[in-house]
Amino acid sequence: MTLESPVQIAFLAAGGVAHESARLVPNASDLPALILVPLIVGVFLVPLLGLLRRRLAYVTTLLILATYAALALTGLRTVLDGSAIHYRMAGWTPPLGIELALDPLSAFVMVTIAVIGLLVTIYAGAAVRRETPEREVAFFALMVVMLLGLSGMVMTADLFNLYVFFEVSSLSGYALMAVGHRKAVVSAYRYLLLGTIGASFYLLGVGFLYVLTGSLNMADVAARLGDLAGNPALSVSLVFMVLGLGLKMALFPLHIWLPDAYTYASSTSTAIIAPVMTKVSAYVLIRMLYFVYGADWSLSELGVGPVVAWLAMGGVVWGSVMALAQQDAKRMLAYSSVAQVGYIGLGLATGHPLALTGAILHILNHAMMKSTLFLVTGSVELSGGSRRLGDWKGLGRRMPLTFVGFTLAALAMVGIPPTSGFFSKWYLALGLADSGQWALLVLLILSGLLTAGYFFRVLERVYAREPREGAVQPAGEATAAMNLPVIALGAGTLLLGLFNAWFVGRVIAQALPAGLNLPGVS
Amino acid sequence: METVTHFESLRPLWAVLVSLLAIPLILLSGERRPNLRESWTLLAAFVKAGLVWSLLPDVLDGRVAVTSLGTIVPGVELALRVDTLGLVFGLVASTLWVLTSFYSIGYVRGAGEHKQTRYFASFALCLSSTIGIAFAANLVTFLIFFELLSLATYPLVIHKETPKAIDAARKYLSYVLPAGLMLVLAIVMTATISSQQGLDFVPGGFLERTDASAPLLRWLFLFYILGVGVKAGIMPLHSWLPAAMAAPTPVSALLHAVAVVKAGVFGVLRVTGYVFGPELLQEIGVWTALAWAAGITLTVASLLAMRQDNLKRRLAYSTVGHLSYIVLGAALLSLASWKGAILHLIFHATMKITLFFCAGAIYVRTHRENISEMVGIGRQMPVTMAAFAIGSLGLAGVPGINGWISKWNLAAGTLQADEPVFLMLLVLSGVLNAAYFFPIVHQAFFRSSDEYPRFGEASPLMVVPLALTAVVSLVLGLVPNLGAHAWDLASKAAVAVIGGGS
Repeated sequence: MTLESPVQIAFLAAGGVAHESARLVPNASDLPALILVPLIVGVFLVPLLGLLRRRLAYVTTLLILATYAALALTGLRTVLDGSAIHYRMAGWTPPLGIELALDPLSAFVMVTIAVIGLLVTIYAGAAVRRETPEREVAFFALMVVMLLGLSGMVMTADLFNLYVFFEVSSLSGYALMAVGHRKAVVSAYRYLLLGTIGASFYLLGVGFLYVLTGSLNMADVAARLGDLAGNPALSVSLVFMVLGLGLKMALFPLHIWLPDAYTYASSTSTAIIAPVMTKVSAYVLIRMLYFVYGADWSLSELGVGPVVAWLAMGGVVWGSVMALAQQDAKRMLAYSSVAQVGYIGLGLATGHPLALTGAILHILNHAMMKSTLFLVTGSVELSGGSRRLGDWKGLGRRMPLTFVGFTLAALAMVGIPPTSGFFSKWYLALGLADSGQWALLVLLILSGLLTAGYFFRVLERVYAREPREGAVQPAGEATAAMNLPVIALGAGTLLLGLFNAWFVGRVIAQALPAGLNLPGVS
Repeated sequence: METVTHFESLRPLWAVLVSLLAIPLILLSGERRPNLRESWTLLAAFVKAGLVWSLLPDVLDGRVAVTSLGTIVPGVELALRVDTLGLVFGLVASTLWVLTSFYSIGYVRGAGEHKQTRYFASFALCLSSTIGIAFAANLVTFLIFFELLSLATYPLVIHKETPKAIDAARKYLSYVLPAGLMLVLAIVMTATISSQQGLDFVPGGFLERTDASAPLLRWLFLFYILGVGVKAGIMPLHSWLPAAMAAPTPVSALLHAVAVVKAGVFGVLRVTGYVFGPELLQEIGVWTALAWAAGITLTVASLLAMRQDNLKRRLAYSTVGHLSYIVLGAALLSLASWKGAILHLIFHATMKITLFFCAGAIYVRTHRENISEMVGIGRQMPVTMAAFAIGSLGLAGVPGINGWISKWNLAAGTLQADEPVFLMLLVLSGVLNAAYFFPIVHQAFFRSSDEYPRFGEASPLMVVPLALTAVVSLVLGLVPNLGAHAWDLASKAAVAVIGGGS
């Protein structure tokens, strides 16, 4: 069933557009469907044109993602006044019909996906050919399917439809990960098994909710939950949801699939999967906790908040300590992802508007940083270097531009102001302080030291050490097409940091659930 | 109290930015065109100093230049504000950067250092951060530049890339990064406590207007002191500083005797005088703890200095001691002690940079770092060692040189605060200063050695700056108000914080 779903979705969306086509010119209310159209077209076009000529797969993907990014940005701009656009698939009214909803939060996550997707595609045009030759077409086709699945997850307002998109993105994600190192097949298989368990847990949660409320539309479910607060079945559904989504977002201790999967996948696959896949799961968790179940009940009354917060903090510490112990660059970055997802988990579990702001800002922020860092490991390998950090000595001089991007992203990870990494932690810390969580606050602040430990270790080798005899060294600087996304994303962390107040006030403040207001933002 | 007016001006912003803008020019000029590259440094240094000096008449007339760069986090602006204390630090750092730039060129070329482009670019970034610290109008702006300074100094400490330099750089990071995080923690707590009052520096402090409890404020004060105290070298947070002497000497001279460490004590002054304020510190009673930490540091550091044979290490321990003079002055919360502290911030800079310049000149000419190998050096490098003698006499507190004036005020401050025990520590430390400096001067001039060939003075690029700083130390000792109005500025800032009466 899941394999057919892109076709189904395309059909439904096309039907929807046709239904509205009486107006001929699409207007703002069609945006949720319009954003998906380029991706749906791409699902067919990329493999077809790729069969004709391999290079066409890349060019088509690039054009499609550029259109997609432009539409996503338009979508974000349209809903920035705090409004939401609801689009009824094929004209069926909810709760029976499937609804796509573009609100500031979903538009924000969509833009994150689109921008990272576009930049990684630019990189992939130069890299995939060399990294996984002969599989270019498959790579680009799978990537478009995955982005379609993720965008659907972000926009759908229907719980079961979300599961369908969930599987679309996961299956294509597994396939993308399996392309790469010899061991990638095994690690991707493990991810497939665990991911399926996660998806099943989510589906079980949906089942309970459906039994309780008789509805699958998120807003409708939320409205009907009011008098069910004491019902144990509701608590069970929430626990299933948190477990399932926690597994997909690699929330400690459900992260065990992540290090191997990221390490053995090809660098380009990791650079697109690592930044967006776990983040979209985190987004869905925010959706469920704050918009469906309601934060007061789920986080405070049921007590999910403190449990998730402490597990997330455990992930921060565990991921950072493991990252310190790694000698392989990609493995270090993979463990670092476990830690960084922990920050997002911490922010969404605290239930304070400032902490949630930090978590949402960190979604974009970590997407940019981690994408940069994985792309740099790819550049080093593709230029003839190795992933072993011991061989990274002196690379700063050999690949100066590449490592400008790496340094910026690394400093953002450590949280040096004025990079964006500092500010997402700043909001998190303010939220923790304001809600009196002193222990978590101190741990949050001190965790920056561990991050500094594993990144300065690399920076020292890159800039201040001479390569030893017989080290595997890259021939020279990566190509311009590979450096452009690296530098753009690295500079992005700096710009996002400098203009974070504008961004938070303009975008994230609108994206917060009703009832949570940022102090100092009108 | 005299009235203070604010006016919008872009000069503070340009003063920060000018060296930042020089960085791409320095990088583009690269190793192939060293003269062009160094001219960017010199140009930036002169423009920066000019801009800072142009703010002096305004400050003396009670007009405060303000640049607001918009909101950096909701409720807090990224803003620069040139008040009296900030101007003092800005003047010291920017003026000495001009001299250090000339000296640097002589040093790195004389010593044949590698990666000079990275060196000059990092130096420029350090100075931008320092002026940013000096002019920061609130805690968040301060924090951003403070962290940036920590980071920009790292490439300079690791510059030589020898195992020793790499160890020193690791040690440096393992001290300043936790400190930075402590400062973040303190500022986050302050932002939570003071959500109504904002985070702007206010002479006399703003925390007393909040309803925070005394135990919480004591913890907060501890976090602040841990945050800024590492750069200020308060024991036991000091040991990165002697290790950081692995850096090239101009770095030790400007950053590890002036900009970085003074940013630490400047932070102490801001926290005690502009965040907590004297009344609140009296009330919660933490000032004695800080005063004792400083008192112990300035004594123990002087004792440790005597045991160092490496000249730069001896100077480093001496710096640790003298920084605590300033911290002590800030902690005693009396009018004279504050005036003495601010004067010492200026005067210690001119004296200690002279001494480091001398150490560097000796190293470039003779490749010697140990004091025991410098017997008779005064006859071969008379100007250098005469400057060294002036600097060391001043630091020991001999009248006629500027160190005497600041120490005198600090001493008067201990009495104003009714804490004569610290007066005894100051006197003891003065004697110890003499004990670890005078033998160097004595053996340089009055003992001869035929062991070494004749060396002669270092290049004029190095000798002229060190002679100038020595002359400045001497002149300010006789006419402390000449030029920069150091005396007036220190009085004004002290009155603003402590109030005219007490």
